[in-house]
Amino acid sequence: MSIAADWIGVITVLGAGVVTLLARASFIVLPADTPVPHWLTRGLKFVGAAVLPALILPDVLFREIAPGEVINLYRVIATFVAALIAFRTRSIFATIGTGMLVLWVLKIWGPL
Amino acid sequence: MQNRRQAYLQGAKDALPSLIGLTPFGLIVGTASTAAGMDPWLALAMSIIVYAGASQLAAIGLMVQSAPILIVLATVLVVNLRFVMYSAALAPFFRELPIGRRWIMSYALTDHLFALVNTRFSRDGTHRHVDAYFIGGAVPTWLMWNVMVAIGIFAGTLVPKEWSLDFAIPLVFLALVFPALQTRAHWVTAATAATAAYFTTPLPMKLGLIAAALTGVVVGSWLDYRDEARARGKA
Repeated sequence: MSIAADWIGVITVLGAGVVTLLARASFIVLPADTPVPHWLTRGLKFVGAAVLPALILPDVLFREIAPGEVINLYRVIATFVAALIAFRTRSIFATIGTGMLVLWVLKIWGPL
Repeated sequence: MQNRRQAYLQGAKDALPSLIGLTPFGLIVGTASTAAGMDPWLALAMSIIVYAGASQLAAIGLMVQSAPILIVLATVLVVNLRFVMYSAALAPFFRELPIGRRWIMSYALTDHLFALVNTRFSRDGTHRHVDAYFIGGAVPTWLMWNVMVAIGIFAGTLVPKEWSLDFAIPLVFLALVFPALQTRAHWVTAATAATAAYFTTPLPMKLGLIAAALTGVVVGSWLDYRDEARARGKA
């Protein structure tokens, strides 16, 4: 498992750069007073709320699964505790710190 | 902000608090690249060329599993769609600027810079030196981000795999998700996307994220449309 700096890697990185620049530039470089379609503004309001949970869930449930287990229970517990901290503090530092700490404690002393 | 010099300095000053928040995020993106076995120079190039942390993490996760290029690019687009929203919101401030400068400023646009400009300048009033203010904030942000990613990339080789540092990736997203949940419709969107992600993870070609995110957006839009229609009916 690795990502080499071969032509696939380079093309992917360049392509990701172009796609990201186009998203950022979109209405800034379009002629002034280009109308923003109503359905687009509506949909864009919900992008953050939809993308982040969709990114979180597979990383929490299905990584480093112990033999015989369906999901990674330690990560689920650590995520739950970290979510409480994230909700209360809104701090990236506190959220990462809590989550990692709970995971390490469970991995070292947990029953699984 | 009488002159351009003052505008540059004000932008830099306003951006400073966010640089602290960038530190752990940049370090994680760097260490995650190394943990995924990504060529360090390719990882650094990606950070400079793409310059959008969440989408870099999503892309690395797919690239290490040899997902097709088009799926990686589509995923990057979905994760970065919020920039289209920022772009639409900021366009009125930038419309008098030369087109070349608008492209450069687009490249440097981040969540935090969007929030700063949106707060500091009023849409109907004057926005003189908005470009100086923007660049003043963008330069330290850019430097801080890429230096932190670089440190993460090269420090990542020192971290043992048993530390499960890749778990910091969902934790970063977790810290970002709550500010995005402003209304009931946003909470339903998040719950829908999470449920959809559970069922779409086994999809071929790593299509899961795109499918789950779009499902969430459709449900959120529908709720928003319904609420709006109801409010109109009452008025």
